[in-house]
Amino acid sequence: MFETMIEMFSYPFMVRAFLVGSLVALCSALLGVSLVLKRYSMIGDGLSHVGFGAMAVAAALNTAPLAVAIPVVIVAAVLLLRISGNSRIKGDAAIALISTSSLAVGVMVISLTTGMNTDVYNYMFGSILAMSAEDVQLSVILAIVVILLFVFFYNKIFAITFDETFALATGVKANLYNTLIAVLTAVTIVLGMRMMGALLISSLIIFPALTSMRVCRTFRSVIISSGVISVVCLFVGISVSYLYATPAGASVVMANIAALVIYSVIGAVREKRGLGG
Amino acid sequence: MALIRCENVSIGYEGQTVVRDLSFQISAGDYLCIVGENGSGKSTLVKSLLGLKSVEKGRIIYGDGLRQNEIGYLPQQTDVQKDFPASVYEVVLSGRLNSRGLRPFYTAADRKQAWENMELLGIGDFAKHCFRDLSGGQRQRVLLARALCATRTLLLLDEPVTGLDPIVTAEFYQLIKKINRESGIAVVMVSHDIESAVQDASHILHLQETALFFGTAEDYRKSRVGRAFLSGETEPEQEGKTRETKGGGENV
Repeated sequence: MFETMIEMFSYPFMVRAFLVGSLVALCSALLGVSLVLKRYSMIGDGLSHVGFGAMAVAAALNTAPLAVAIPVVIVAAVLLLRISGNSRIKGDAAIALISTSSLAVGVMVISLTTGMNTDVYNYMFGSILAMSAEDVQLSVILAIVVILLFVFFYNKIFAITFDETFALATGVKANLYNTLIAVLTAVTIVLGMRMMGALLISSLIIFPALTSMRVCRTFRSVIISSGVISVVCLFVGISVSYLYATPAGASVVMANIAALVIYSVIGAVREKRGLGG
Repeated sequence: MALIRCENVSIGYEGQTVVRDLSFQISAGDYLCIVGENGSGKSTLVKSLLGLKSVEKGRIIYGDGLRQNEIGYLPQQTDVQKDFPASVYEVVLSGRLNSRGLRPFYTAADRKQAWENMELLGIGDFAKHCFRDLSGGQRQRVLLARALCATRTLLLLDEPVTGLDPIVTAEFYQLIKKINRESGIAVVMVSHDIESAVQDASHILHLQETALFFGTAEDYRKSRVGRAFLSGETEPEQEGKTRETKGGGENV
């Protein structure tokens, strides 16, 4: 067991995968609590598809994938948020529209250029081999920014998540913070999607928050627990991926499913015993 | 000087006027009930008082040391809150946010005030309980405590007894009356419950696009408008207008 661990960490690509993975997992868990509670869960899914399309185009143009994908996905995030706030086009339909369109564009571009090869498979389902040294730098910067902003604006994020109207009435610029959360989510998703896969990255946003909410009863504990669960599940998932040569994204999602089941059982037992308060 | 004075205010959505040429004022210690039928512009007026919706014409002036973001607002409960994991204390404390400005963290004074307001409303024992586990009446008390944390002068309550049973409703009205009398905090309440409104309030604003009546509760009871509304009738000439404005008024 211990030897396997040592062996695993002796590969530089594994160290990078763990490092980038756990930072992305931590950021997406923090952002995810607010997104899930505000009923914006699907934004993560929509953005990852936009990211897929952008990366496919970047590959076709022979440019750096992140340089194209990050700005495109940020624009999409702000756009999706605006549309969600507009009552004329319903948010869920808009997200489905944008995500399927981007996926279609991505697939068309790939099939016309390189053809449907292993790269496409990796984009869709993730690979632990995908992380470069540049990704490590970017994700460390991202993680620091997200955590700092989160701590600094924690009370305001709580207020706008719980009751946006009240927050607005007390002078909190809710739109600014919503946009901030959307932009940070966009960057997190682009960084994580090559490892987790475009189809699975949104699980990092949704699972930890939902899992924590089964048991935790205060906002603060949900936030902390989400961060911890997310990083632990990522470690378990990546280790499984290494040991059994399974796709990284799917392995991490399996670990998250297990955590959700365990927490749901704990939550149900607690409720039955009446220790809920 | 009044806390809030509305002068010939008109508010609308995309060219459709919902509130027209409305003038009234709220002074320190008043208890004003805003009544009117669905679509009469009550919710829109509330949004404008809070600064969430700009007025098309006229102006709203805040005075007596009241700033717009220092109104203690109790909104209608949202779906999001039904399964929200937050403790009562976290929710109440968030009312102190308007005193923070850009400073990120709460001070000991903020915490103390949150506790005082929870004690005042009899929810101190629930401080660590989860908001979603509370009954409807308890939740309203929590949100009222949060509103009190945000203000020293004026509470603005948007249909606060919706969905509460008669006993809890009566208790809640008592509580509002007590806060108004003892702390001298002015109360503005949007209400469907005209009977209680006339009983408790010092002033009534009967809204039907514009002010059908604005004055003391006593005068309202004697007025033609008040008598008709209290007996549950609607004046035929007003019905047409209600339909016209329904689209923009509520639920936005």
